[in-house]
Amino acid sequence: MAERCAVIGIGQTKHASARKDLSIAGLVREAAIRALDDAQLSWADVDAVVIGKAPDMFEGVMMPELYLADALGAAGKPMLRVHTAGSVGGSTAIVAAHLVQAGIHRRVLTVAFEKQSDSDPMWALTVKVPFQLPVVAGAGGYFAPIVRGYIRRSGAPADIGIKVAVKDRQNALRNPYAHLHIEDVSVDKVASSPMLWDPIRYLETCPSSDGACAMVLGDESAAQRAPSPPAWVVATAMRSEPTMFAGRDQVNPRAGQDCARDLYRQAGISDPRREIDVAEVYVPFSWFEPMWMENLGFAAEGEGWRMTESGATAIDGDLPINPSGGVLSSNPIGASGMLRFAEAALQVRSQAGEHQVDGARVALGHAYGGGSQFFSTWLVAAAKP
Amino acid sequence: MSQVASEPVTAVETPIRLQYRYTAGHATTRFLRALTEGRLLGQRCPRCRKVYVPPRGSCPTCGVPTDEEVPLADRGIVTSFCIVNVPFVGHAIEMPYVAASVLLDGADITFQHLVQEIPAAEVRMGMRIEAVWAPREEWGPSLENIRHFRPTGEPDAAFEAYKEHL
Repeated sequence: MAERCAVIGIGQTKHASARKDLSIAGLVREAAIRALDDAQLSWADVDAVVIGKAPDMFEGVMMPELYLADALGAAGKPMLRVHTAGSVGGSTAIVAAHLVQAGIHRRVLTVAFEKQSDSDPMWALTVKVPFQLPVVAGAGGYFAPIVRGYIRRSGAPADIGIKVAVKDRQNALRNPYAHLHIEDVSVDKVASSPMLWDPIRYLETCPSSDGACAMVLGDESAAQRAPSPPAWVVATAMRSEPTMFAGRDQVNPRAGQDCARDLYRQAGISDPRREIDVAEVYVPFSWFEPMWMENLGFAAEGEGWRMTESGATAIDGDLPINPSGGVLSSNPIGASGMLRFAEAALQVRSQAGEHQVDGARVALGHAYGGGSQFFSTWLVAAAKP
Repeated sequence: MSQVASEPVTAVETPIRLQYRYTAGHATTRFLRALTEGRLLGQRCPRCRKVYVPPRGSCPTCGVPTDEEVPLADRGIVTSFCIVNVPFVGHAIEMPYVAASVLLDGADITFQHLVQEIPAAEVRMGMRIEAVWAPREEWGPSLENIRHFRPTGEPDAAFEAYKEHL
């Protein structure tokens, strides 16, 4: 029988385009100290550290976990690095949770980060493949044809992406840690922003952020002694699929569907739309909200956009999506997935402040990465499973 | 200079260069050799019958070798595309340009290439296209032998023909 696991401490940095006041070590330490303070624990209470970030070539610091061990109090302790591209923040938290659930450790500090101002991700994401014409321009260039495919296949109205962007940017105004606070955001402002990767506009795109997120995960006895209500980890699931194979559905990837199905099966959930109160979903380009609503089983295929259009995904809707402002408002890539997981935990602990969803008892955290090929999800709840 | 010198140094740029020796492998080598002769060569999976181009020597779905070679026409359809308006270092292509997912006739997987000789706003999903090759003396072992694709003027393919390739 697996041990129970709960989130007992949460910390994040103020995300910004350039945290010039901090090195990478300072960035992860800021989040980690906040998580420890939240749990009223000290470095000595931590049994192991699990860390994740997006590929090393972004900042050009190879195996940064080695040099970050001191900053994270990990000298002499087990430390593990997780790699799953943009979904890594989620997978990192899951690996940490498994170490607790397996009874290996009682309290695990898990951290994820990205310092985009130290890096050139657009370059790093525009790989020059030998013998091919270099035409794909960054992540937006990769995902834009998939978004176009979704629009064509679902027949969604053209303004759905704009609606998502306005919603998430307004939600971010309630989140003091969010990178972007666009006070005067409006449909007109998003619609008139430059078309970068047609059909994706500038304000439908995530920013480049410096930031980190950390959580302390504990077993049942650690959770009982925690000063704040724990967020119990009810279920975790990860799936992946190859980037390229004939017949691959990149709009609604099989790996994502399987991941969600496995998660709900573990949690005994048969109607996710009704049984889940709030979700933090990895939406780096606005159109991914309706796409992931379908992939996660919240809507039938081709119907996800109706949830956005009807206001169901708004902070006062029946299934609020990204009340924190989401990846569209803060994107320290490696940390972005963990932020989704941590924000889900904040919701069920009723500690999300101004972006708290009333009565949130069960929350989903979701991340994806690579060419829509890595998926990680967890469900957290206020009630002990 | 003195004003600059009085400000604290918060960052320095340290460009890094990595030189790779790329080993193409058997399937890619045959594909690239064919390209030097102006031919496009795919491979068919013996189990699922899907045709891969460029071929990789094995089927990622079935996990079996793909040694049956399939000559492919230098024409096909645009399954989806992106109109790129983002400038950045390292790209020599004039903007805006259309980066398209190209499905060659007879192939079961797309690759990315340029679509030109048509205003970007007029490019469509399902549009029929053909390769425009660089002059023969510029050919090498690269898909860059194809400068871009251009519309053939034939009727667009029905959505059903490419909906499995999004």
